[in-house]
Amino acid sequence: MTTAARAPKRGLIGRVLPGKRPGRTLAEIATVLVAATIAFPLYWMVLTAFKPDGQIQSTDPRPWTFSPTLENFRQVFTVDDFGRYFLNSVIVAGVVVLLSLVMSFLAAVALTRFRFRGRTVLLIMILVAQMVPVEALTIPLFFLMRSVGSVAPWFGLNHLGSLILVHLAFSLPFAIWMLRGFVAAVPVELEEAATLDGAGRFRFTWQVLFPLVAPGLVAMSVLSFIHAWNDFLFAKTFIISATENQTLPLAILVFFKPTGNGWGAIMAGSTLMTIPVLVFFVFVQRHLVSGIAGAVKA
Amino acid sequence: MTAELTTESGPRTPPGNPETRHGRRRRRSGGNGQARAAVLYLAPAGLLLIAVMAYPLYQLVQLSLYEYGQAQASGGAPLEFLGVGNYAKLLGDSRFWMVLINTCGFAAVCVLGSLTVGIALAVLASRVRWLPRTLLFLAALGAWATPAVAGSTVWLFLFDQNFGLVNEVLSGLGWQGMAGFSWTYDRFTAFGLVAGEVVWCSFPFVMVTMYAGIKAIPGEIVEAASLDGASAWRTARSVLLPMLRPLLIIATIQSIIWDFKIFTQIYVMTDGGGIAGQNLVLNVYAYQEAFAGSNYGLGSAIGVVMTGLLLLITGIYLWAQRATGENT
Repeated sequence: MTTAARAPKRGLIGRVLPGKRPGRTLAEIATVLVAATIAFPLYWMVLTAFKPDGQIQSTDPRPWTFSPTLENFRQVFTVDDFGRYFLNSVIVAGVVVLLSLVMSFLAAVALTRFRFRGRTVLLIMILVAQMVPVEALTIPLFFLMRSVGSVAPWFGLNHLGSLILVHLAFSLPFAIWMLRGFVAAVPVELEEAATLDGAGRFRFTWQVLFPLVAPGLVAMSVLSFIHAWNDFLFAKTFIISATENQTLPLAILVFFKPTGNGWGAIMAGSTLMTIPVLVFFVFVQRHLVSGIAGAVKA
Repeated sequence: MTAELTTESGPRTPPGNPETRHGRRRRRSGGNGQARAAVLYLAPAGLLLIAVMAYPLYQLVQLSLYEYGQAQASGGAPLEFLGVGNYAKLLGDSRFWMVLINTCGFAAVCVLGSLTVGIALAVLASRVRWLPRTLLFLAALGAWATPAVAGSTVWLFLFDQNFGLVNEVLSGLGWQGMAGFSWTYDRFTAFGLVAGEVVWCSFPFVMVTMYAGIKAIPGEIVEAASLDGASAWRTARSVLLPMLRPLLIIATIQSIIWDFKIFTQIYVMTDGGGIAGQNLVLNVYAYQEAFAGSNYGLGSAIGVVMTGLLLLITGIYLWAQRATGENT
């Protein structure tokens, strides 16, 4: 609890602006109210997921329930093959994380540890690549995956491989950029010592450098995971007819019907989709801002 | 769980110039061996980026110059080169201009909203004690973590015409017209609803960034200012704001980039662009033209326009910031 120690020191603005105790109490009440408002949609989502249908399809909704039920979750897993889609999402995000881990680490090592011509140009290109709005690439990528599919069906349209390929590529520029800082922070003397001990470049990279960069790798992995997990556009574009290969975002939308939306099931599905991301977010919250900010700053 | 968002910069750079360090270790392994290893290490990422990013980018521009519809996509008709034909068609299409205005207006509202809420709450967070602050950060973290699809569905349900809580509360407060009010029927309320969701999930980044910035300002500076007789307002404007400026620029650019290319929220909440396409933005418009209307060439042209516009706005903003930054 590092924050507890910092607590007695009053906030900077508090020191500047007039208005002592009553002002602060007011501000604290306001803060709690604001926090409750911000959290409310999430509360409503989870609450609705556990509400029986009669209380959901009601023109008189109550912010509580005394008869919680798992019916909505059961519906999600039986009517809609949610388990399968959940697994699909896990496969796509998981493979993206594993591959981007290795690929971006290697690239980051090359860009920070090796001297070669064109290094600066490459770095600038990686920066520019982060600015490309990947959503605009949907159309050419659709045709690319169509032609890939005729050669290697697993990586073509309607297969998870196509989603893995695009999310892997889109996560790389940022991952390389972020890992670069972590690799650069490992002292060069360490490599010299390892070389003296007889470790080659390959062994040094994997047995010394890789574990040392682990914090960076974890942060980067989580960001790649969330990116692939949340994707709606490419899943919608690539998985056209093979419903068994859909991912979670599309599976949730199945319950939107012209005859009346299955709100209970939609909220149950949304809850299930949010939980993994929430867990990971708490995990890497420290690196989130520095990571994102670092990518834009340079 | 230490539930506070801190923003220490992850990697710590060692003291000393990295360039000289590299120079020092060049002595043994010649540049040649390093170059070969570098190629090997860079190959997997590089090849994939060329195949899935650089090449499609090139193809996007190329597609936009052709008549490319269903017949061409299925190989039934030869490609027809149009040059700037697709662009001319866009410029002459009143719908495109409406979509363009929609996009810019919607993005502007979202950016301003995220910045205002984020900065206000960052200042608020810096003035309160640990517990309320932690609650605020936890709530913001939750909103931030919610996937776009999940966030969209929840907001849609909260504002549902018949079963939504918001309509019930508003009509309960005596606003009779709100019972059974459809938020997605009108163009502006629909955009407002989506903007609300977007601000909800994107202000936390601004808040956390700015909070870190405020915390990083040494107290001595503020004390010195107040010793010199500066008022609170003067201190905030002339001392704090300039110090927070680099972070503010980052938060603004990131918000612009995010909000300009919103797809999921618009698509889910307005069911693919709203009634008669009243809520289309460039991204959704390009998708609909290409995959619903089979006008792949035209869709690509919209994609090119969007990419160009995004780069232009970011560029202008950076340039303007640099220009004013040099003056002060």
